[in-house]
Amino acid sequence: MIEIKSISKSFGRYNILDKLSWKVQSGEFWGLIGPNGSGKTTLMNLISGVEKPNGGEIQLGGKRLEAYSRKALSHKIAVLQQDGLPPVGYSVREVVEMGRFAYQDWRGREPGDSLAGAQLIDGIMERLDLMELQHRPLSVLSGGQRQRAALGKVMAQQPELVLLDEPTTYLDLRYQLQFMELVADWQRTEGLTVISVMHDLNLAAMYCNRLLVMSGGSIVAQGAPQDILSPELVAKVFGVHAHQVVHPDLGIPQLLLRRGDATP
Amino acid sequence: MIRGKLAGYGTIGLLLLAVTLLLCIGIGSVYLPAGEIAAILLHRIPGLGRLITPDWEVASEQIVVLVRLPRVLLGMLVGASLAVAGAGFQGVLRNPLADPYTLGVSSGSAIGAAVLIFFGWQFSLLGVFTLPVVAFITGSITLWIVLWLARENGKIPIESLILSGVVMQAFLGAVVSFLTAMSKKTVNEILYWTMGSLSLRGWSYTAILFPYLLLGALYLWSRAKHLNLLSLGERQAAHSGMAVERTKLLVLLVATLMTAAAVSVSGVIGFVGLVVPHMIRLITGPDYRLIIPLSAIGGGIFMMWSDLAARSLLAPTEIPLGIVTAFVGAPFFGYLLYLKKKQREAEMR
Repeated sequence: MIEIKSISKSFGRYNILDKLSWKVQSGEFWGLIGPNGSGKTTLMNLISGVEKPNGGEIQLGGKRLEAYSRKALSHKIAVLQQDGLPPVGYSVREVVEMGRFAYQDWRGREPGDSLAGAQLIDGIMERLDLMELQHRPLSVLSGGQRQRAALGKVMAQQPELVLLDEPTTYLDLRYQLQFMELVADWQRTEGLTVISVMHDLNLAAMYCNRLLVMSGGSIVAQGAPQDILSPELVAKVFGVHAHQVVHPDLGIPQLLLRRGDATP
Repeated sequence: MIRGKLAGYGTIGLLLLAVTLLLCIGIGSVYLPAGEIAAILLHRIPGLGRLITPDWEVASEQIVVLVRLPRVLLGMLVGASLAVAGAGFQGVLRNPLADPYTLGVSSGSAIGAAVLIFFGWQFSLLGVFTLPVVAFITGSITLWIVLWLARENGKIPIESLILSGVVMQAFLGAVVSFLTAMSKKTVNEILYWTMGSLSLRGWSYTAILFPYLLLGALYLWSRAKHLNLLSLGERQAAHSGMAVERTKLLVLLVATLMTAAAVSVSGVIGFVGLVVPHMIRLITGPDYRLIIPLSAIGGGIFMMWSDLAARSLLAPTEIPLGIVTAFVGAPFFGYLLYLKKKQREAEMR
């Protein structure tokens, strides 16, 4: 799906990413973890094409990323930004429909069956439980509802790869789980590829089948959560002490934080 | 749903436009009844003319066709151009204070006009067209300088664009003020030009402005969905498949050319381009597919009433049009804001 070959990115004198190489297979659910400033968001911006690397190359489906037009790229990749959607006056349905932008001609219409288009939007609204909210303006929604609308817009884009940048940061526990379940369900049914920046390692271990651990602009570890998550890793990367336990239902590793500073 | 809304608001708007047109042609030093004006105008339409028997005085027809109609129509076109351009600017700059003059186009045009008037060259090169053509050119050059100042790495950051516009406006405004202050006998002429007027323009000015308005408004209307998407933020728009920088540049260029064309025939008429799109937005909501066409209608109506007030309140003296638009527009806008506030407060309860 995505092949990254030795990319570097710097802003002036500051090196953010240093010769990073990484491969993502179709259908994988990756969690990107690492401390603040480790280059996770920059890596996402390079993959989505809104920033250009200073060196190296990114391939999407065997083609260089630069070879895609903005429109062609958005048929492949959809992005849910960290700051989500602003509180605009458009209704939930209107915003979800904006996800179809790249498929519309200059008159703002989609070629083909307009009924099918409406059904697609209806399906997404049902799936995200947004039907009752569909005519409410975004400006009156709660953070969790607005995040679901943002997910709806991304779904309407019908991408092959979704990039999520800390999608659950501003959500409470219930909405965090609900949001991740919705993404996981979508990923399973459509055979989607997901790359998500995660701050909560336990949530990452619950939903992602691959983790990429970054620190200082390089990859520290990558693999399945059960293979790489360990107290040693979090001590090394985040500088905190933790116990490792096994999730009683899921059998995956979970970390319990210990008090105090890890760095001796 | 959008089509139904457009048809509804559009019908109301066009009716108001027609009523305004008839009333504004009718009211003046000689009052003409609306029915007579309608008959005179319909009589001129090829094919329809034979159905109407002329029962009016020749003088009435001359007042309508040669004096009032060109002026009222010019007002309508100028108002529509400024309001549509204002909607475009607000869409791209995503700033509620943005208006057609934000990028300094008005000051740029004013410089050209002021220099011509100062040296008495208004009619030198191209006859009556000298002033509008020069004002259009200096306005466009100003836009080019502002874009060049703001551009970095092939992108136009909104903040630097607005700042560049403000800087240009301040500088050119100072030059115009300087010329106004220095010109002893022609002081009023520069001053009056910068405050806007539609008097004694005739049909030719209307004919110059019309293609700019038509093509410009159609282009901006075709970008309505882009502007809608842009209101979610530039990153969001790019992720959704929009070529953001190209769209911004084209919308700004087209809106600015419409502004320069309007300013070059009427002088600097403030407030219309700021307030009319806001008024429409308060009524219809944030969708540019409605805001752009309805701004054209609303701007036309607003300007025709303003010009009527400008020429009849203190007749035979004319009040500069820019003063009237602000004088009428500001309180009305304040009233709309107040209504909206009340509505929100009622929803909260």
